[in-house]
Amino acid sequence: MCSRFLTSLALIALLCAGGCSNAHTTSQPGDGQVIAGVIDTALSPGLGHSLITTEPQAAAYYDNADAVNQGKRLFQQYNCSGCHSSGGGGMGPSLMDDQWIYGGRLEQIHQTLVEGRPNGMPAWGGKVPEPQLWQLAAYVRSLSLPATLAAQNGPTPGQSPAPIPRDADQDNGWSAPPDTTNDYGTTIKGP
Amino acid sequence: MRSLPILGCFFLMVSAASAQTVPPPVPQAEVFTPDQIGHAIAAPTPDAGRAVAEVPPDDGQWTMPSKNYASTRFSSLNEISNANVKGLQPAFSFSLGVNKGQEAAPIVADNTMYVVTAYPNYVYALDLAKPGAPLKWRFAPNPIPASQGVACCDVVNRGGTVSRGKYIFNTLDGQTIAIDVKTGTAAWRTRLANINTGETLTMAPLVADGRVYVGNSGGELGVRGWIAALDEDTGKLIWKAYNTGPDKDVLISRDFKPFYASDRGTDLGVKSWPPDAWKIGGGSVWGWVTYDPQLHVIYHGTGNPGPWNAEQRPGDNKWTAGIFARDPATGAAHWFYQFSPHDQHDYDGINEQILLDLPFGGSMHKVLVHLDRNGYVYVIDRTNGEVLSADPYGPVNSSKGVDLKTGRLVINPEKSTKVGIQVRDICPTASGSKDWNPSSFSPQTGLLYIPHENMCMDWMNVQVNYIVGTPYVGAQVHMKPGPGGHRGELTAWDPVRRRPVWVVREKFPIWSGTLVTGGGLVFYGSMDGWFKAVDAQTGEERWRYKVDSGIIGQPVSYRGPDGHQYIAVLAGVGGWSGAVVSGPVDPRDGSAALGMVNVMSDLPKYTTAGGTLYVFSLPH
Repeated sequence: MCSRFLTSLALIALLCAGGCSNAHTTSQPGDGQVIAGVIDTALSPGLGHSLITTEPQAAAYYDNADAVNQGKRLFQQYNCSGCHSSGGGGMGPSLMDDQWIYGGRLEQIHQTLVEGRPNGMPAWGGKVPEPQLWQLAAYVRSLSLPATLAAQNGPTPGQSPAPIPRDADQDNGWSAPPDTTNDYGTTIKGP
Repeated sequence: MRSLPILGCFFLMVSAASAQTVPPPVPQAEVFTPDQIGHAIAAPTPDAGRAVAEVPPDDGQWTMPSKNYASTRFSSLNEISNANVKGLQPAFSFSLGVNKGQEAAPIVADNTMYVVTAYPNYVYALDLAKPGAPLKWRFAPNPIPASQGVACCDVVNRGGTVSRGKYIFNTLDGQTIAIDVKTGTAAWRTRLANINTGETLTMAPLVADGRVYVGNSGGELGVRGWIAALDEDTGKLIWKAYNTGPDKDVLISRDFKPFYASDRGTDLGVKSWPPDAWKIGGGSVWGWVTYDPQLHVIYHGTGNPGPWNAEQRPGDNKWTAGIFARDPATGAAHWFYQFSPHDQHDYDGINEQILLDLPFGGSMHKVLVHLDRNGYVYVIDRTNGEVLSADPYGPVNSSKGVDLKTGRLVINPEKSTKVGIQVRDICPTASGSKDWNPSSFSPQTGLLYIPHENMCMDWMNVQVNYIVGTPYVGAQVHMKPGPGGHRGELTAWDPVRRRPVWVVREKFPIWSGTLVTGGGLVFYGSMDGWFKAVDAQTGEERWRYKVDSGIIGQPVSYRGPDGHQYIAVLAGVGGWSGAVVSGPVDPRDGSAALGMVNVMSDLPKYTTAGGTLYVFSLPH
């Protein structure tokens, strides 16, 4: 975590040395820049656009029905469900809403599984085989997909996980929420 | 009473299409009547005496969560009464800076109030002698943040105790800390629990006889339950007793004299389990420890066996879901009684014990009264562990009473839990007819005031793997309201006549403790944020005040430096039942928070997370 953060800081320093005004054009994904790891913040000091990388290994898990179904099975077997229930959370946070503390793209979820997170998420890197970590990440990514949510029938979500469409994690940059400056996403009505 | 597993699955599909509505209540006909549970038992003999508690004279302070060793939670102060409680008003309030479930009792000693919050377990000392009760000091123990990830049911703390100039409490990440009340700095800190094996500390330590008694939490993470005694002055470990495993670990020796034959034998804590299952079998001590200074004995319950899936652990699973009497100096076990042998429904035995003397069979007995999760008011002879009576105080169908010859809970096989089968309408629910939140006893009325639940559940066992430091549960649970549809009840219970005297219904389960006062009032809080006072004789509501968040704390009463009576309580909803508000939980998943969300999904419409100390008094 720390070393990756330092790497990206160093990169920004290099970019800035070459002229910060050029940062926009030199930092776009896919323009030849190779950045190790997966950055999990949208805050990227000095740049107008967040510096998001893609992890090539993730590609195989998009549009992959088998991956999400394997992930569903593993989600039980590795006791993920013990904390996250059927996706609604408990000891750990909900995985079926659009709130992602450490990033909600497939490779970011994978990174969270590998590294753990400070408020109670265990680190599974080296303890669960890599392909299984990707399958788990794919299932978790699927839980909040509109198609998966629409398939819920009864009080137990995530039973029919939809494969992740390739464009689900496409980076469209940040834009203000519609209509409001503080749209919290959901309106709770009183009794 | 018959469960219809196949139809059950079908109903599940069609009935809960909208997950944010609370499921319909279990029909009355699904639970046993008291007559059906009835059994041969001595007739009540109220003429032989009335229930009393041996407690020291009330000094107007509140130095331990349970008020006194007998755990009566009775304040003899009577300035606030049925006649004038209408005028009760806030005297001051204080933001705790933590918006998680606040289960602790405010503690009052030497005109100072001490409050410990949910994680990160701040401790505040407030000077009651000055206007507005300004802060004397704040202590931040800085528990490891990752401990939040192994706390089963919100990151709560049930309080601390002031003794010999120290405030003694536990932290979520496994420390017991004694703070010098003068300086606000740690006199000692001892690490007892290991979060990497799933252990946390959430209970309120008991301080008695120069020792601090602490037990672990983690019954949902495959921990091995224990209770430890520390030297009150130094924090040094004196003894530690496990509640599973060989006798030498459980501190069972020749002096161990359980009342019932099923608890006699060698190494039952090993033999009543599949091989090695006792090592990850639960039996934690996250509830209340009580001390009898005359008999020189401590009493503590033990938590549920793990995993919840009982088919993975055939046997009685000793010494889980029961109660131990131990020598406070050595930890040696005197006797044990198991409320729920081979528990199948998460019925921890850790609820409070109230030590009373009461008439039974024509003579006075030293008893402890225990309101168990499994639905029964147990009256147990605390000198030998004999169950004198066990009567249901809420809807029950998971068992058919207690066989008083063998002491054994009579299981209803129709509500036994199974892998792959939805067993429906099990009462009480996993959190029990009552959870941790303690009752009170008034020597004036002779009644117990029981804050409890009216909830049932559907349960399906799921095969579960043990992975160190992760949940070890193995059950899909969906809770629902009990008969009548209300989810909470405040019951005034006559322990001599063994029957309820009055019942107040609440929309939500009552997750706060009760306080009863010399003014004839019972105080409690509701999960939708009302702090209430009812007449201790009749249950009639006399006063209510809306606070900023739901109440799951323990109300207390004390005499202020000005000589007037005050009532204090923490607001701040959470805990297992309130996790849908305070925790990161989604109401669309009924199985979330171990099945609690199914029955609490409407709570976010009524309250939000908070954390505030409220103190009330009459105008003066």
